[in-house]
Amino acid sequence: MKILVAVKRVIDYNVQIRVKEDGSGVHTDNVKMSTNPPDDNAVEESIKLKESGKVKEVVAVTIGEEKAQETVRKALAVGADKGIHVKSDNYIEPLGIAKILKKVVEKEKPDMVFLGKQAIDDDCNQTGQMLAAMLNWPQATFSSKVNLKDKSMEIVREIDEGLETVEVNLPAVVTCDLRLNEPRYASLPNIMKAKKKPIEQMAAKDLGVDITNRVQQLKVEEPPKRKAGIKVANVAELVSKLKNEAKVI
Amino acid sequence: MARETMQYDVVIVGAGPSGLSTAIKLKQLEPKLNICILEKGAEVGAHILSGNVLETRALDELLPKWREQGAPIKTKVSKEKFLFLGKNSSLSWPTWLLPAVQKNHNNYIVSLANLCRWLAEQAEKLGVEIFPGFPASEVLYNEDGSIKGVATLDMGLDKDGNKKDGYQEGMELHAKVTVFSEGCRGHLGKELIKKFNLDEGKNPQQYGIGLKEIWEVSDEQHQEGLVMHTAGWPLDSKTYGGSFIYHAENKQIFLGYVIGLDYQNPHLSPFDEFQRFKTHKAIRKMFEGGKRISFGARALIEGGLQSLPKMYMPGALLVGCDAGTLNMPKIKGTHTAMKSGMIAAETIVEHIKNKRKLSLYEELFKKSWVYEELHAARNVKPSFGWGLVLGIIFTGLDQILFRGKLPFTLKHKHADHEVLKPANKMPKIEYPKPDGKLTFDKTSSVYLTGTNHTENQPVHLKLKNKYLPIQYTLKEYDEPAQRYCPVGVYEVQQNQFVINSQNCIHCKTCDIKEPSQNITWVAPEGGGGPKYGNM
Repeated sequence: MKILVAVKRVIDYNVQIRVKEDGSGVHTDNVKMSTNPPDDNAVEESIKLKESGKVKEVVAVTIGEEKAQETVRKALAVGADKGIHVKSDNYIEPLGIAKILKKVVEKEKPDMVFLGKQAIDDDCNQTGQMLAAMLNWPQATFSSKVNLKDKSMEIVREIDEGLETVEVNLPAVVTCDLRLNEPRYASLPNIMKAKKKPIEQMAAKDLGVDITNRVQQLKVEEPPKRKAGIKVANVAELVSKLKNEAKVI
Repeated sequence: MARETMQYDVVIVGAGPSGLSTAIKLKQLEPKLNICILEKGAEVGAHILSGNVLETRALDELLPKWREQGAPIKTKVSKEKFLFLGKNSSLSWPTWLLPAVQKNHNNYIVSLANLCRWLAEQAEKLGVEIFPGFPASEVLYNEDGSIKGVATLDMGLDKDGNKKDGYQEGMELHAKVTVFSEGCRGHLGKELIKKFNLDEGKNPQQYGIGLKEIWEVSDEQHQEGLVMHTAGWPLDSKTYGGSFIYHAENKQIFLGYVIGLDYQNPHLSPFDEFQRFKTHKAIRKMFEGGKRISFGARALIEGGLQSLPKMYMPGALLVGCDAGTLNMPKIKGTHTAMKSGMIAAETIVEHIKNKRKLSLYEELFKKSWVYEELHAARNVKPSFGWGLVLGIIFTGLDQILFRGKLPFTLKHKHADHEVLKPANKMPKIEYPKPDGKLTFDKTSSVYLTGTNHTENQPVHLKLKNKYLPIQYTLKEYDEPAQRYCPVGVYEVQQNQFVINSQNCIHCKTCDIKEPSQNITWVAPEGGGGPKYGNM
């Protein structure tokens, strides 16, 4: 079997995000970038399935600017066999990403597509679902446990009420939760070898899909600063403030 | 089972200005050499923090076409100011009365982190392999005692040393020559200086702590190219230090404060001195209404030539501030660090090709302009041991009249950790409360550094004696770690000494200033620590 795993380059989760003064977006110059954390879980799970012998090949794909390749290199360094970089210098919405991934799926013919449950930059949580719909494949989102069988997968999902176990037929789309596994570290020799593995490059605009953005971003601004709390002298003052100032009782 | 091993011609520990310059020069001289650089930061530049006003002398020699090659060096110094601050006063010192070493008209205001990222690109183009996220954690020795290389840290251990799911064993990197360029107080450099007695006959090394913030200010407050320094308030005349205020591009100001770690009062908090400094009426107006966007801190070398250890040993060299090549009166170390790396590269090529001994490094170093600079600068820092006023008078004579050629050398008498006075003999310092606009607390500051260490990993700040902080240091010195650490890693809570090691920003101040040298900084898991942007 073959897995296609999608990885996205985002601002590192430790970096404090800074909004541009003109409200057009956030600063990314000289900011540490990394692979979207749940995508690391998706890669790790793919590699584990390969190590179990059930999967023969893992292909990592990313969509984005030149440097987005780093995320594919990282996947190659921990065990992916092949890399694909769909180049685009512009922001593409989840719908466009899903369309591009569909094209890649048609070409690579994987049995499963693994993705992170959402990206930590736009928090959309849409790509996996849209891709499944377009491929007309079953989907298992927020997976925290994956059990691959011959023609299906048993998946445990994290939902509000607790854990839900579902079974999906292959081929299928799986989006991964952070609790699915603990991503491994790449070793130095493997990073070196990954530098030499081929990454197939293609341009997003050559894939024949409409990736025009449908949503217009009007403004990006920082959330309002939280005001400092106050101390009250007694219960009477507290009640009065809750009633007259906060107007909650 | 033996660890995996890789063989290189040269292994370099640390991708700062000295290590990167070593690598670039090596490749220029001998393109066939296999060179690798290990870097503990998650990317090159992530652990770099510096003022920085760059003197391009070394860069002009190393990469003369840096302008055409797009080096991030844009803002030429256009104006200089020097202020002496009293509590409520400020006195502008005419720049013509400044010693030549403190004049900056041919220099540039840069972000050293960005410069290192650019240098790393140049090195990679020449075929140097750079591995960010891989700290060297151990020096490896041959049977004859010479240095064989280094090992990287095991990744994925829990705090008790058990292997986690993602465990990855460290590996050995062997080299004909290993170059240590970890920066000030490198933890392997420290081990080597001790093991090979490299500091024999030298004065104890002197350090400072530098704190830095980047501010975005209004057009009216900004004057691109302005370089300003201050001395005096809020420090007393016995404490060595001062501020820098550099107006960089994009309406940003690089603001910082450096305090000599030979301060005596255990109640002093370098972080809070820096915050308090901003409230001076001559300084406040430059930042009011602006926004602080970055914060960080790093120890720096102040000892100069008297404290510079021997820089070679069997199989290895020390370069840059891992040895201590910073020029204190110039308050610059980048150009000297780079040059020391370039000289190291010349030495290594001679060593590998013509079997010359590594001691050649010292010969070449002594003939270079770095040595000349450091020699002329040698008496400035120790003269401030007599206090600010005498220090200034002496420095004026030494630097302006005699141009550093006085026929004697002043000594550094004590190591920084030896000079703290008992807490009950020194005045307590009341620092004003931060207002959250101009002045800040440590918690909101550490947040800006982006620092993080994976949870549940072994603590990388090791205590030799775990009872000492409470039983001795707290009683005698009111546990100064609570104050000298700029990000609040150390706390005393209910008579317990707490180490919040995940907040550490790798400044190394604790390793230097702890009065009993009870704290040892070792490399944490790779990729941990601050994520500095353009610091």
